[in-house]
Amino acid sequence: MDTSIALLTIFVLSAFVGYQVISRVPPLLHTPLMSATNAISAISVVGALVTAGGEYGTVSTILGFIAVASAMTNVVGGFLITDRILKMFKKGPDRR
Amino acid sequence: MTSSAFIQWAYLIASVLFILGLKDLNSARTARRGMFLAEIGMALAIAGTLLDHEIVSYRWIIGGMAVGSAIGIGIALWTPMTAMPQRTALSHAFGALAVTLVGISEYHRHGSELGSIKMTAIGFEVMMGALTVTGSLMAFAKLQELITGSHTYRGQNISNIGLFSALLGLWLYLIAAPTAGPLFYLLVGLSLVFGILLVLPIGAADMPVVISLLNSYAGLAAAATGFVISNEILIIAGTLDGASGFVLSILMCKAMNRSMTNVLFGGFGAAVSAPSSADQVYGGRVKSASAEEIAMLFENARRVVVVPGYGMAVSQAQHAVRDLADQLESRGIEVEFAIHPVAGRMPGHMNVLLAEAEIPYDKLKEMDEINPTFEQTDVVIVIGANDVVNPVARTDPSSPIAGMPILNVDKARTVVVVKRSLSPGFAGIPNPLFAADNTLMFFADGKKAILDLIAALKAA
Repeated sequence: MDTSIALLTIFVLSAFVGYQVISRVPPLLHTPLMSATNAISAISVVGALVTAGGEYGTVSTILGFIAVASAMTNVVGGFLITDRILKMFKKGPDRR
Repeated sequence: MTSSAFIQWAYLIASVLFILGLKDLNSARTARRGMFLAEIGMALAIAGTLLDHEIVSYRWIIGGMAVGSAIGIGIALWTPMTAMPQRTALSHAFGALAVTLVGISEYHRHGSELGSIKMTAIGFEVMMGALTVTGSLMAFAKLQELITGSHTYRGQNISNIGLFSALLGLWLYLIAAPTAGPLFYLLVGLSLVFGILLVLPIGAADMPVVISLLNSYAGLAAAATGFVISNEILIIAGTLDGASGFVLSILMCKAMNRSMTNVLFGGFGAAVSAPSSADQVYGGRVKSASAEEIAMLFENARRVVVVPGYGMAVSQAQHAVRDLADQLESRGIEVEFAIHPVAGRMPGHMNVLLAEAEIPYDKLKEMDEINPTFEQTDVVIVIGANDVVNPVARTDPSSPIAGMPILNVDKARTVVVVKRSLSPGFAGIPNPLFAADNTLMFFADGKKAILDLIAALKAA
């Protein structure tokens, strides 16, 4: 029970921080915001890694393997595409 | 330092870097630096986890990381900017798939010994995860136009509410009796079905809301995984993702003056009392013009505003639009771009396309900023937008888009609307702007129209 409350505390505080931080992102950057948070939440790869490498039996290993691959797609793809988008945003005089 | 202490430190630093990274997204100037910080955080968290003493074999891990990285690189490098909404929907599906599978594996391993608290989290995780997987794939199919139109049938809302209640019931039952294995897999299966049915009736133009919502669900499912495996960083990162999806979906709904319930369950057209027919609105009052006639409008113009919509993305006209803006600016005309929050198929879609065409971002103006300036604007060029410039939203309280904040382009001296025909937009209603005294219709494909206009300008 104690750990559950501790985890819940983290959840609630993260929700407040998230709301505050995200509300300040201008509409100009809403697409990169979405691909960035998507990449960040692919941190679920850490759960998948333990599932895939823990030798908990064939089922877990297979599920873990697919989970690692899907999460990793978002980690790598998400950050790369966010950077690709952000690189295009240029202010007036710096253009060309 | 023991490996578990190292992991805890790595997670703490990664969490801080994630938040700092998102904070830097508050300005285009600092955004890339922020993403660099977030990338370091991610690398730290993954490296730390690989030291976890529970991991005994790296074979499948390395395989999975290699496959995932390869797919990720492929998608990131070859997705055209016009397809960003599809890519985003697909990535929500990938993210949700990962957490759903981790949840299933956890249940498979510990099913018999799970307490009610863990079961609450696992149930939420697989329910949200599974419905996000199929919901996002549906959204992808709609955006990719593999499935067109909105599919509604009688009793749809009732059957969806019934299915949702069944999911809730199963979840609650499992919390009370976590060992009921078959019911757990039934919960996963029904959630997959629910995801399909939830997105099936929603039209493509409502996708900005749907994508944001799915973003939020994927994040919350990831956060629930954190509760299941007692992993703080998953809770933090998942919640940040959930918060971002939540904030965006509220902003999108506000920009359409519709409630979330209406977007998800209503659909346009349901509340229309007696829509004025197209003939009544347009009847003989629509004036069309040629590229040469429109080019003459710019002779004495000092300020031009371009209003892009989804049609610009469809005809890939963003580069032509940039050339037109350059041409006008070389004649000393001030050119700005008016971006409606729901223009396009995802939040910020138009900004990305215009930035891709190397239009400086300080010329891309938000609705509230540009609306007061239309009265001092000589020419507005609307390209591929319809509902977001329909003055009916201000004037007719019985209209389906009544009260929706719009770009007040009708206040400008002259409005040029580039459009293939007088066909209605997503809301299915005629647009009196097209028949207004100060409006000229330029009937053509978006890209071709802009290219013709540039040619006419050069010839003049």
